[in-house]
Amino acid sequence: MTTTGIFLLAILALGFLITFQIAKASEYVSVLKGEKKAFEQSNKINGALMVVFLVLGLIGVFWCNKLLYGKTLLAHPSASDHGKNIDTMLYITIAITGIVFFVTQILLFWFAYKYQHSEKRKAFYFPHNNKLEILWTTVPAITLCILVGFGLMYWFRITGDAPANAMQVEITGKQFGWIYRYPGKDNTFGKKYYRMIDEGKNNQLGLTWIDSTITKRDNHNNPSGTVDIKADPASFDDIVTNEAMYLVKGEPVKLIINSRDVIHDVGLSHFRLKMDAVPGTPTTMWFTPLYTTAEMKEITKNPKFEYEISCDQMCGNGHYSMKGLIKVVTKEEFILWRAKQKPAYVTAFPDKDPANKLPAPAAADSTKATAGNAAKQPIAAAKP
Amino acid sequence: MSNEAVLHGHPEVVTTHEVHHDEHHVHHHKETFITKYVFSQDHKMIAKQFLITGMTWAIIGGLMSVLFRLQLGYPDQTFPWLEDILGRWAKGGKITAENYYALVTMHGTVLVFFVLTGGLSGTFANFLIPLQCGARDMASPFMNMLSYWFFFGGSVVMLSSLFIQTGPFSGGWTAYPPLSALGDASPGSKTGMDLWITAMAMFVISSLLGGLNYISTVLNLRTKGMSMTRLPLTIWALFFTAVLGVLSFPVLLSGFILLLFDRHAGTSFYLSDIYINGVGALPNEGGSAILFQHLFWFLGHPEVYIILLPAMGMASEILSVNARKPIFGYMAMVGSLFAITILAFLVWAHHMFVTGLNPFLGSVFVLLTLLIAVPSAIKVFNWLTTIWKANIRFTPGMLFALGFVSLFISGGLTGIFLGNSTLDIHLHDTYFVIAHFHIVMGVSAFFGMFAGIYHWFPKMYGRYLNSTMAYVHFWVTLIGAYLIFWPMHYEGLAGMPRRYLDYSIWESFKQFSDLNKFISTVAMIVFAVQLMFVFNFFYSIFKGRKVTTQNPWGSTTLEWTAPIRPGHGNWPGEIPEVHRWAYDYSKDGRDFIPQTEPINPNESKH
Ligand code: HEM
Ligand SMILES: [Cu+2]
Ligand SMILES: [Cu+2]
Repeated sequence: MTTTGIFLLAILALGFLITFQIAKASEYVSVLKGEKKAFEQSNKINGALMVVFLVLGLIGVFWCNKLLYGKTLLAHPSASDHGKNIDTMLYITIAITGIVFFVTQILLFWFAYKYQHSEKRKAFYFPHNNKLEILWTTVPAITLCILVGFGLMYWFRITGDAPANAMQVEITGKQFGWIYRYPGKDNTFGKKYYRMIDEGKNNQLGLTWIDSTITKRDNHNNPSGTVDIKADPASFDDIVTNEAMYLVKGEPVKLIINSRDVIHDVGLSHFRLKMDAVPGTPTTMWFTPLYTTAEMKEITKNPKFEYEISCDQMCGNGHYSMKGLIKVVTKEEFILWRAKQKPAYVTAFPDKDPANKLPAPAAADSTKATAGNAAKQPIAAAKP
Repeated sequence: MSNEAVLHGHPEVVTTHEVHHDEHHVHHHKETFITKYVFSQDHKMIAKQFLITGMTWAIIGGLMSVLFRLQLGYPDQTFPWLEDILGRWAKGGKITAENYYALVTMHGTVLVFFVLTGGLSGTFANFLIPLQCGARDMASPFMNMLSYWFFFGGSVVMLSSLFIQTGPFSGGWTAYPPLSALGDASPGSKTGMDLWITAMAMFVISSLLGGLNYISTVLNLRTKGMSMTRLPLTIWALFFTAVLGVLSFPVLLSGFILLLFDRHAGTSFYLSDIYINGVGALPNEGGSAILFQHLFWFLGHPEVYIILLPAMGMASEILSVNARKPIFGYMAMVGSLFAITILAFLVWAHHMFVTGLNPFLGSVFVLLTLLIAVPSAIKVFNWLTTIWKANIRFTPGMLFALGFVSLFISGGLTGIFLGNSTLDIHLHDTYFVIAHFHIVMGVSAFFGMFAGIYHWFPKMYGRYLNSTMAYVHFWVTLIGAYLIFWPMHYEGLAGMPRRYLDYSIWESFKQFSDLNKFISTVAMIVFAVQLMFVFNFFYSIFKGRKVTTQNPWGSTTLEWTAPIRPGHGNWPGEIPEVHRWAYDYSKDGRDFIPQTEPINPNESKH
C-alpha cells in the first residue's frame, strides 16, 4: 500500500505548488498595484479576519463544550467526598478564569480589528498610566488570593489525617499491574522486605513469613553481607490479591501506596484523586467512596462502568495498560467477599491452611505483632 | 578592520576604512568559507546557525508528533507504507509501544531544549543583543562560537541515539528515575539513556557559554547613551532568560551526574528497595527517587520561562512597532519580567504535588505559584493597552505577536487551575496538562519565534519572506493550534492520562476516539503548513523580495541604523549614540523617532 503514501505526498506537493504560485503571483501584483495599495488591501483582509476568528472562535468554544461536556467526569457526580470539594473548586476556578478569558480575548481581537491601520487615524501616544497599572496589579492579586484561600482550605481537608476508623488497604504498583493487600483479621499489615520477593513462591510483596538469612549482593553480584529476617506472624493472615480492590460504600479508606520497581501513580479519576507510588518511600491517600459500582453503572447509564485505576506516571513500555480495578460494594457484600479470601501465606504454604490442619498459628501470635502499617519496615538485624 | 578590532571593540579602527555603499561587508580581510559560514565568530552568523539547526530539529520533532498522533488517532489501523519509509520504527505499519514512547520522549526533549531553548534564545539573543544594544559583537565571540558547536555536538549525539540497537531513551522528557536509571526496566534506559545524558550535558554547556556571553554583553557593551532603561524589551527579556539559564542549568546537570553515578557506579542517590521483574532485587538501598524530581524541576520550571521570556520580549517589541504606539507601561513590563525571573525559582514543586510532598510545603508552593500569575496578568493588560487606539499594520510579524498574546492568555489561565494543588490532584498528568503547556509554552513560544523571524528576516538576509504564504501560515497555525489543544482540556477533565499508547482498553477514557482522530488529522495539516513556512524561509533567502530601505518597518531601535546587510562589526562607522528610549512612536505628531535622535527641548515629556 505504498501507493497511499505516494498519493498523500502527491496531494501535499500539489497543495504546496498552488499556494506557492498564488504567493508568487500576489507579489507581482503588489508590484504592479503599488506597494501601498497592496498593503492596505491585505491589512483590511487580515483585520476582518480578526473579527471572523473571534466570532467563530467563541461559537467554537460553546459548540466544543456542548459536544464534549457529557464525556467528561463533570457530567456525573464525583464518586468521593473529596471529589465533591474538588469539583466545587473547579467550578469556582472555571467561573473566574472564564470571565477573564472572554474579556481579554474579545478585547484583543476587537482592538486588533477596530484599530487597524487607516490613513485618517493617528495612534495615541500613551506610554503609561500609574492608576491603570496599579488597578491591574491589585485586582488579579486579590482574585488569586480568593482562589488560593479556597484551594488551600480543600487541600488541607483532603491531605489531612484519615479518620481513625478508616479501613486500610495497601496498593503496590509494579511493571505493569497492581497488587492489593488487606491486613487480615488482626488489622495489622505484616512486615515485608523487598529482597524476600519471590514470584515463584507466591510471595509477590516479600512478606516475611519465615525466618531467613539473605545474602546481599553488590552491583557485581558479589556477596556483601547478610540480613537476618525474622518471620512476622502479623503477615500470616494478610490477604494479597491482584484481582481488584474492594471498598465499602460510605466507609473511609486509607490507601498505603507502594511501588516495587519504578514510580507509578494510583490514578482514581472517578474519585478525582491520585497519588504517586514511589519505590522505597510509601505514600498515603484517604477518601470515602460515595457510590457502589452498581450505583455508578446507573448514574453513568453505562452498564460496563468500572472504577478503573489508571497508572498516571510514565513507568515503561506497558504504562498504558497498567490497569487496576476498584469495586465499591455494600458492607454486606464486602463481608461476604472478605470471608472468601485466603491469606497469601496459606496459598503459599497449603500445609499451613487451617482448613487442612489445626490449629492456625497466625491467630495466636497476632497480638504480639507490632502495630503500624506497611511503611518501610525496619529489618530486625539481630538473630537470637 | 581586523577581527581583533571587533573583539576588543575599538570603534576608531573601524572609521579608517574607506567609505562605501550600504550592502557591502565592512571588513575586507580574507575570510574563507570556513571562517565565514562554519567556524564563524560573527554573532549574526552564529544566530543563523542556531536558527537553521533549530529549524531542522523542529521538523524532526514535529514529524515525530505526526507519527505518534497517527497511532493515537488511528489505533486500530495499520499503515504498511510507514514500514517502507521508517523500517523498524513501524513494524507491520504500526507504531509499537517501544517506539511510541521513544518518539514521545524525543519529541519532548527536542522541542523543549533543542528548538525552543537552543533554537529560540540561541538565534535571537545572538542576533539582537549586539545589534539592539549597539555592540560590534558579543563579549566573547569565541565562547559564542563554542556555544554553537557544543549545541551542534549535543544535537549529533542526540540524533545518533535514534539509530542504536536498543533504541533512544523512552522514559519521558522529564527522565524520572528509577525508570531512567535502570536499563532492565525499559530498553530505552540502556545505551539510549547514556547518549541522552551526554547530549543534554553538552546542551547545558552550550547554554552556559551562550548565557554568560549574553549577560556580559548586555551589562558591558551597550553603546554610549544606552542606559539599561533605554533598552528595548527584547533585550531585557533575553537578559533575564540568560540569567535564568545560568542559575538553573547547573542544577540540572548535577542531577544528571548523580543519575549517571546511579547508572554506572553503583551509587544509590535515587534508588531504593527495587525489585525488577526477571532480574530480582537490586542492591540499592536508601536513595530517594523524589530527589531527582526536585533537581529536575529546579531547572524545569525556570526552563519554561527560558522558553517563554524571549517570545514575550519579541512580541512586546513587534506589537509596539506595528501598533505605531509605545509599549504601554515599559517599567511595569521590565518589573514583571524581573518578578517572573525571581518567582520562577520558587515554584518548582508545583510539579510534585502528588508525589507525597508534605502538604504544608505544598501549600507554600501553591501560594508562590499563583503569585506568578500576577506579573503575567500585568503583561497581558499592558499588551492589550498597547494596541488600544493604535494604528495597526498587520505585518506577518504583528499577526504572530497578536496570536502569541491570545495563546498566552488561554494557556496562562489553565496554569491557575494546575497551580492550585486541590485541582492538580485531579488534573496532574492528564491531557489537561498537555493542553496547558502546549498552548502556553509550545505554541505561544513558537508564535513568538515566528513573529521574530518574520520581523527580523529582512535584517538577517536583506530580503523579505513572502507575505501571502505568511498569512496562510499564520491563520492555519492559529486555528489549528486551538483545534488541536482546546478539546484536550476536556479529555483532561475526564481524567484521561497522558503518555498512553492506546485508550481503547479503558472504559473510562475510550469515549474520545473520534476526537483523537480529529486532533490527529488537524495536527497533520498544521505540520504540513509548517513545512510551507520552511520552504518560504529557504526560498526567500535566495529569491525573496529585496529590502531596499534601511528601516523597512519604521522602527526606532538600533539594528535598523546598520546597513541593510551589516558585516562583521555591524556598523561601518562609529557605533551610533543613543539619546532616548526605544518606544517613541506617534509622539508629537511624528510617526517615530529613532533612538539615535537627540531629545528636542520642545518635545513633550512622557
Ligand atoms: C500563570 C502562570 C502559570 C501557572 C500558574 C502554571 C502552573 C503549572 C503547573 C502547576 C503545572 C504542573 C501541572 C502538572 O503536572 O500537574 C504546570 C505544568 C507545565 N507548565 Fe505551567 N504554569 C504557568 C505558566 C506556564 C508558562 C508560562 C509555561 C511555559 C512557558 C508553562 C509551561 C509548563 C509546562 C511545560 C508544564 C508541563 C511539564 C510536564 O509535566 O511535562 N507554564 N504549569
Ligand atoms: Cu505504572
Ligand atoms: Cu512549573
